[in-house]
Amino acid sequence: MKYIDEYRNPDLVRSLSAEIERKLTRPVRIMEVCGTHTMAIFRHGLRRILPDKLQLVSGPGCPVCVTPPGLIDAFCRVAGCKDVIITTFGDMIRVPGSSGSLADTRAAGADIRIVYSPADAIEIARDNPAKLVVFIAIGFETTIPLIAASILQAYREDIKNFCIFPANKIMPPALETLMQDTRLTIDGLLCPGHVSIITGSDAFSFLSEDYGLCCAVAGFEPADILLAILALLEQINEGSPRVDNCYARAVTSSGNIKARELIEEVFIPVDSRWRGLGTIAGSGLVPKQRYADFDVTRRLGIEVPELDEPPGCLCGEILKGRKMPNECPLFGKICTPSAPIGPCMVSNEGTCAAWYRFGMESI
Amino acid sequence: MQDKTQKQITLDHGSGGSASSELIESLFLEYLTDPALHRMEDAAVLNIQGKKLAFSTDSFVVDPIFFPGGSIGELAINGTINDLAMQGARPAALSLGLIIEEGFGLDDLERIIRDIADTCRKAEVPVVTGDTKVVPRGKADRIFINTSGIGIIDEAADISSSRIREGDAVLLSGTVADHGITILTSREGLEFQGELQSDTCALHKMVQSILGKLIQSSSVHALHALRDPTRGGLATTLSELARSSGTCMEIFEAEIPIAAPVRAACELMGLDPLYIANEGKFIAIAEEQHAESIIEVMRSFPEGHNCSIIGKVTSNYPGKVVVHTSSGGSRFAEPLTGEPLPRIC
Repeated sequence: MKYIDEYRNPDLVRSLSAEIERKLTRPVRIMEVCGTHTMAIFRHGLRRILPDKLQLVSGPGCPVCVTPPGLIDAFCRVAGCKDVIITTFGDMIRVPGSSGSLADTRAAGADIRIVYSPADAIEIARDNPAKLVVFIAIGFETTIPLIAASILQAYREDIKNFCIFPANKIMPPALETLMQDTRLTIDGLLCPGHVSIITGSDAFSFLSEDYGLCCAVAGFEPADILLAILALLEQINEGSPRVDNCYARAVTSSGNIKARELIEEVFIPVDSRWRGLGTIAGSGLVPKQRYADFDVTRRLGIEVPELDEPPGCLCGEILKGRKMPNECPLFGKICTPSAPIGPCMVSNEGTCAAWYRFGMESI
Repeated sequence: MQDKTQKQITLDHGSGGSASSELIESLFLEYLTDPALHRMEDAAVLNIQGKKLAFSTDSFVVDPIFFPGGSIGELAINGTINDLAMQGARPAALSLGLIIEEGFGLDDLERIIRDIADTCRKAEVPVVTGDTKVVPRGKADRIFINTSGIGIIDEAADISSSRIREGDAVLLSGTVADHGITILTSREGLEFQGELQSDTCALHKMVQSILGKLIQSSSVHALHALRDPTRGGLATTLSELARSSGTCMEIFEAEIPIAAPVRAACELMGLDPLYIANEGKFIAIAEEQHAESIIEVMRSFPEGHNCSIIGKVTSNYPGKVVVHTSSGGSRFAEPLTGEPLPRIC
């Protein structure tokens, strides 16, 4: 398959990993902050072909995983309201809150439907005029423009029974919070490829300029990831942190300006709580006053409780790259993909789920 | 939170993955204790008055009921035939049970029954008994079908996952993920259906030919296990075989056949084709020196045209499936948990 097979070529992958081995002069820790990177690294078994001295750690890159338990409870509460249809990306369905997941709420009778795009939710709203159709708006810069576009569509076409539960987050403020954590010991960052398509690679310049962190924007195929690791090692060896764009076939320095205008038209930044990272100023988005009717929390007066994470669960530490999944006492014992305690075990892109499903390191 | 999950059935329990196995083991097998059931094969093997018989049942609730390459009717016949075939049985007769929702179109029902008749004729296996129930509107989703079947197992054949040995070859009769991806894309109205088609077909004739050839060369014992990777896909089925035999299944991604449009759809939706359902494929585990001769038989059938030796049985990680990826890495493949769902970013 074109644009895929070339980047999975075993000879190319082998020569890149040999080059990485040559460039690696000391133990190095590299963090990825995109769930798709986490998955790609595991799915292609890349850890097995990289030298032991290179440690790959996952950061807060899975939108499902960073959604705090209080929000899940609030989603379930809305789902339980009369004449409501919840529409959500599938990954969210099984994440447990303090008293069950959306899947449990669905089994108890709530109308909860998996959709692939907020545009599907608009269709459902049109087909069910007597119901309020709520889209659970999670995700980073990659999904936010689509959600903004659906709100604008609903506004223009006067679709009154559609709204979102605003829970989107943006990446740069979270990375800044992570960098201010003195206990974080990483040498380089694989910047999220999909997010960068929207934000542009320049959005990460502050990390190298203000915090001296080596950064490389990476694509998602094995060769993409290895090339970006190689670029990071060069920066580390030269002692000259910068942002290298190693995904130039999709990412530009300025990003998708039109998509960002769409976001700015609909949303305003607010403080937002992240699992593991706490409340981060300006890292969440809610619809502007003009679009307030499309925000279910304002429309129905829904409060989001601040809840503690499940006892014993280390998802918060894992999301900050401080702990590896197999260091969590619950991992693989009490917490498994079929009975998850923390969100990192639920989402397909969660670090714990990836370790559990694919990880040969845990043996 | 955990209590609530355990007290009610969720869709995960029917997904064919680890929640399904937990339900079977912790509830059904607790109360239903016959050894034939506890062997947990696709069909029960019974000894009745000196005859070795296979007996199996399966229910079909697929949505949509008509899809590219098949219908719920075809699936219901092929599914039970294949469960019998995976024990090496020659299917002899089927039952047909229908649960129909009030208001279901007679035209659609006729179309389904016609499909059933055509599929039976092609497979040369008759429906010999049946039952129909109608429930009030809203109490079922259009139509559900149950089929059961019996088959006769050749004296010489001894097929069971307990016979899998280190050194065996792992064979696959064709491309993976065709059925699941076709259903998913037609259910969601995703618009790249184009060439996607379900692979639903009856596999008993291919299995009988393999057995025939092996019996002829007095090497029928070389065929150790057969399994059709339906719900949960290739990875889940291999994982079950690895666990039940205490061996390690090592497979090579580059050797796993997959149709180009199916692969494209999987890449686009972020789905792993190893976890997507098949309805017309089987895994054969056999002594390595007989693998090529089994492949020859598979290849002589149109539905086995893309067959491949995809891996081998080792003792490296007992109970595990190891995937050697096409880019040169390696990883485990655990059984499916929950519905396979598209990524969100």
